[in-house]
Amino acid sequence: MGQGAPDRYHATAAEHPRERLPALHLVLQGACVPKSCVLASNSVAPTAPISTPSSAAPKAPPQAWRVEVFRRPQVDDPAGAAAVAALREVGIGGVRSIRRGQGYLLSPELGADALARVASQLLLDPVLETARITAPGQWPEPANAAAAREGARRQRILVMRRRGVMDPTALTIEQVLQRSALSGAAVVRVLTFVVWELEPLGAGPLERAVLERAAREVFANDVVDEYFVDDEALHFDFPAPSAPRVVQHVPLRDADERELERLSRDGQLSLSLDEMLAIQAHYRARGAEPTLAELETLAQTWSEHCKHKTFTGVIDYDGERIDNLLKQTIKAATLELNKPWCVSVFHDNAGVIEFDQGWNVCFKVETHNHPSAIDPYGGAGTGVGGVIRDILGVGLGAKPIANTDAFFVGPADLPAEKLPKGCMHPRRILRGVVAGVRDYGNRMGIPTVNGGVWFHPRYIGNPLVYAGCVGLMPADCTNKSVEPGDAIVVVGGRTGRDGIHGATFSSLELHDESQVVSSSAVQIGDPITEKRVTDALLRARDARQYRAVTDCGAGGLSSAVGEMGAECGAEVDLELVPLKYPGLSPAEIWISEAQERMVLAVPQEKLAALLATFRAEGCEATAIGRFTATGRLDLRYRGELVGSLEMHFLHEGNPRPLRRATRPVIDTSDPGVPACPDATAMTLALLRAPNVASKEWIVRQYDHEVQGMGVLKPLCGERDDGPGDAAVLQPLPHSQRGIAIGCGANPDYGLRDPYAMACAVIDEALRNVVAVGGDPSRTAILDNFSWGNCKKPEQLGALVEASRGCKAAALAYQTPFISGKDSLNNEFRSGDETISIPPTLYVSALAIVPDVARSVSMDFKRAGDFVYVLGMTHAEFGGSQYFAQLGLSGGRAPRPDLALAPRTLRGLHAAIARGLVRACHDLSEGGLAVAAAEMAFAGELGAALDVTSLPLGAFDAARNDRDALALFSESCTRFLVEVAPESAAEFERTLAGLDWARIGAVNSASRLTITRGAVTLVDAQLQALRAAHQGGFKG
Amino acid sequence: MTRALVLRAAGVNCERETLLALEQAGAVADLLHLQQVISAPSRLDEYSLLVFPGGFSYGDDIAAGRVLGFELRTFLGAALAGFVARGGYVLGVCNGFQVLVDTGLLEGVSARPSDRTIALTANVSGHYECRWVTLRNERSACRWLDAGVLWPTPVAHGEGRLMFKDEATLKRLEERGQIALRYVTREGASASYPELPNGSTAAIAGLCDPSGRVFGLMPHPERNVTPWHHPRWTRTAPRPNGEGLEFYRRLVAAAGAVNA
Repeated sequence: MGQGAPDRYHATAAEHPRERLPALHLVLQGACVPKSCVLASNSVAPTAPISTPSSAAPKAPPQAWRVEVFRRPQVDDPAGAAAVAALREVGIGGVRSIRRGQGYLLSPELGADALARVASQLLLDPVLETARITAPGQWPEPANAAAAREGARRQRILVMRRRGVMDPTALTIEQVLQRSALSGAAVVRVLTFVVWELEPLGAGPLERAVLERAAREVFANDVVDEYFVDDEALHFDFPAPSAPRVVQHVPLRDADERELERLSRDGQLSLSLDEMLAIQAHYRARGAEPTLAELETLAQTWSEHCKHKTFTGVIDYDGERIDNLLKQTIKAATLELNKPWCVSVFHDNAGVIEFDQGWNVCFKVETHNHPSAIDPYGGAGTGVGGVIRDILGVGLGAKPIANTDAFFVGPADLPAEKLPKGCMHPRRILRGVVAGVRDYGNRMGIPTVNGGVWFHPRYIGNPLVYAGCVGLMPADCTNKSVEPGDAIVVVGGRTGRDGIHGATFSSLELHDESQVVSSSAVQIGDPITEKRVTDALLRARDARQYRAVTDCGAGGLSSAVGEMGAECGAEVDLELVPLKYPGLSPAEIWISEAQERMVLAVPQEKLAALLATFRAEGCEATAIGRFTATGRLDLRYRGELVGSLEMHFLHEGNPRPLRRATRPVIDTSDPGVPACPDATAMTLALLRAPNVASKEWIVRQYDHEVQGMGVLKPLCGERDDGPGDAAVLQPLPHSQRGIAIGCGANPDYGLRDPYAMACAVIDEALRNVVAVGGDPSRTAILDNFSWGNCKKPEQLGALVEASRGCKAAALAYQTPFISGKDSLNNEFRSGDETISIPPTLYVSALAIVPDVARSVSMDFKRAGDFVYVLGMTHAEFGGSQYFAQLGLSGGRAPRPDLALAPRTLRGLHAAIARGLVRACHDLSEGGLAVAAAEMAFAGELGAALDVTSLPLGAFDAARNDRDALALFSESCTRFLVEVAPESAAEFERTLAGLDWARIGAVNSASRLTITRGAVTLVDAQLQALRAAHQGGFKG
Repeated sequence: MTRALVLRAAGVNCERETLLALEQAGAVADLLHLQQVISAPSRLDEYSLLVFPGGFSYGDDIAAGRVLGFELRTFLGAALAGFVARGGYVLGVCNGFQVLVDTGLLEGVSARPSDRTIALTANVSGHYECRWVTLRNERSACRWLDAGVLWPTPVAHGEGRLMFKDEATLKRLEERGQIALRYVTREGASASYPELPNGSTAAIAGLCDPSGRVFGLMPHPERNVTPWHHPRWTRTAPRPNGEGLEFYRRLVAAAGAVNA
């Protein structure tokens, strides 16, 4: 539109000699704005202190074009309105309105004409927006001057990423300018920022302290953002260069133990004294000092994150020696089950099982806890990005087809005064992680189909974020190999100082760290680069242009190349790695955890074709070295050797730690189950409880439909508001075979009894997938442990118990673990108190659905159908929602009957596979009353249930109220099942020998009644049940 | 036989379901990268239907559809205008609609992008939203759509609110029969949130150009094609396919008549 535009400008940059103006500002307008509005009102003097740079600060305006885009005054601004509400929530009033502007800084290589074209053709919506432009080296027009034209007063807060933090929009603009030749031959650098213009309610301006607090608590996250209050001096320079690029040796051969510990601590290596001593011994034998690059490589490779030292080390469990807990429990179960459909377990980036017709599916779930505590948005986003790369990096690469997510956070209604110092409010954390998952997953075009949120006060200082990804791959792409001579190719994002020592940083005290450290430890994701990687990688895979692939995660290139070359050797020329900005040392390049990168092993004869494939997708791919047969890892920088390690020592040289564990004390106190005087009110309260209430506000922000594979969505029923048990997908368009994805977790049970909790959450994950039609004999599970500090014997003891529970349950249900992950240092220090998270095991299940047409949703379907309860109810209230409502502690945590539960699941599946089940919902938090309520309001159908015949285990009637037990117990392996009368006989035959009872029928009344004979226990309108379920925190 | 071209660029992510829907609707569909067409614009001549699928082209950076729209304006403006002038059909779904709006193609072939009067912008809710809605085919220049029909379709977007330069724009669009789809309640009554998921002006969900051959909509008909796509399929009698297939069948048939 170039030729049509200029007549709409009030002026072009060239017409405004810089010296004549206090600021050079053009106003670009959409077509219909009257000329009078366009006047750059130089005559309007600033009337408030805000926005005129303080004379005390010797700051300079950025040497860049500044373009600020705002909605035109007559166009409403939802982002501004939301900001007013957000300020109010943190107690900042006195703001009449806020408007949001999007700011851009573009380097002066762009000429004035080109800048005007870029602004009008690329940065601006001509219908809705206007732009203010300031020339390089100039101060912008004072906000009040601009505002005065509209008869308003405004104060400005500017927010931009700290130096070196990923700015995806800026990257996109730089790339499009390069492609379009709008900038001529010049390479234009771009940064973006956000402008918040606040209009005070009162006559005077808002106080600076108020603006500072608004910036800190609402508009910016100090860790990744820089904010500017009453200050227009945005930065436009690169991060400062780091250490000189020479070989650095670290003198440790003669160091004593204290010195070794100091070296580890000061270098953020997180190596124990034993490990430092092992390294010292190695280098003494070698007769040399290690280089920094070598030491960093060892630290990364030996880190807890990469090596799982606790899980695979030696544990002294009250005198009992456990050699490799993981191998003894979780892996042992998989090995013993030896399922032929398990294709690849535990050794690749994800677990792989057979699916259908030459296709496999794979599944991986990652934890991303500490980054998410510091920066919820970036932490959760890069968590999603990381687990997607695991799926891209399994075998020769799988196509990501579904994401899952789970959050464990503090109470959303936590009073501000109870928030420990140094913590973000759980509300802000939850919103941030939801937005992070949303923006990454949605942009990748991967549906987020399953997950959960759990609230507990012990997560206030240390929230947990789990991100999962399911992939689909041709069966012949499951294996990979690396051959000496293959090129080492890094693809995707460029390398910056991002995420260096991310793992170690996150265990330090927060907020006391320097800007340099924090900006490198926390990252912002760039999903569109990862999408390009995906597009290019899968095409290169299908053309067999590489032999092996893995993702760059923790440890960056050092881990990826080190792992791939473990069996042969590798040499890397670090100066070939593409950088985001200059000034990185070789060691930094080597261990940077910059996102969106993967490493390939490429046969030399296919290298040119592979590079062309990536180029065609606009994705950078660079050969940085080759795999060798030397058994060594050699690192060079501009020809100079900066590190050389034996692969054997790197991978096998670490001493195995011995950790002490002690059996956790299980609280066996039992207050008994008190009667519930008003079970209707209790049912409503339970539906409203944070851990039960609707999470629709989260689900709706995720695209759960993209790729068009959905069969059962996260929300079910007549009004799409019933909480489904699991998602069902149809991955192949020509096959009706499907997959079900579900999960289970319960930190309240974990606090009561870790062993029982492990069994119970596995049971829950399996209940969920079986309830929708998954085949329990073709179900794989994943373990994700997040635990307190396992250097503490009682914490580690709880981990031992939970792992043993996992083994027992996996063997009983015949469901192998195929992948897992652990995060074992989750505690938060507040003053003198250290708070550990509850033992949290998040179990994911992936089940084959034989025929998606037989999938079952949880909503009641038809009046007149029978309602059955399946499974035995016991007096199990430890950690229950009922006890939480009553403020009771104690009680036995639910624990499945491992002899009976697998038969129950198989029986239910047989009934579903025969088409006998109309609706099915598992009984979990809140028990039978909650499940029945959810089925009823979701189906917009009433039900009349009578619990007289409910199968009950033995209980002490003197101490336990039978009705409360029937309604609110959280015993495992139970379902409510809707069956058409004509299918009832066959259904009952199918379940012969199991515990079940027909307890009532669906009806067309708009209420749920639960009785015991003539006694009415629960009687509630569907509308009241629905309202209660929708009555929780809504973001 | 209708030959359809599905165009992708970095961040486009609905190509799978779009290709499946087109093929099931009877088209022969190809998938090409934008660069492949930029380097040989004459490839457009092989097709009578051009589809911009959904996704987040270039991450929705700056604004949804802006960068891809900019590239089309810069590199393929004349080729696209020629394609439409020759009688070709163009469909933009979700992000593809945002791209179409940005190119100015929906304004009518003669309009310059700078004269744009139509915009898609952030939902009134302020965030991305995924849900099923009901659409009504309006009496419009799109004669291949059956006016009055109600059909369910999912939406999944953060910037789907149609806004216009002024009242006159809306009036002009109405007069020229460019308002092709509206959000309505399940019963067909006028919708408000959430049935109107984004606050779109006059509840408009889809627009066409004055010829009825350039068509853009925020909802995703290609995600309502199988018997099991609909969120309430478990509550109804078995169905052979989703209502979105009919949309593609009619579009493919209309585009097929171009070369006939």
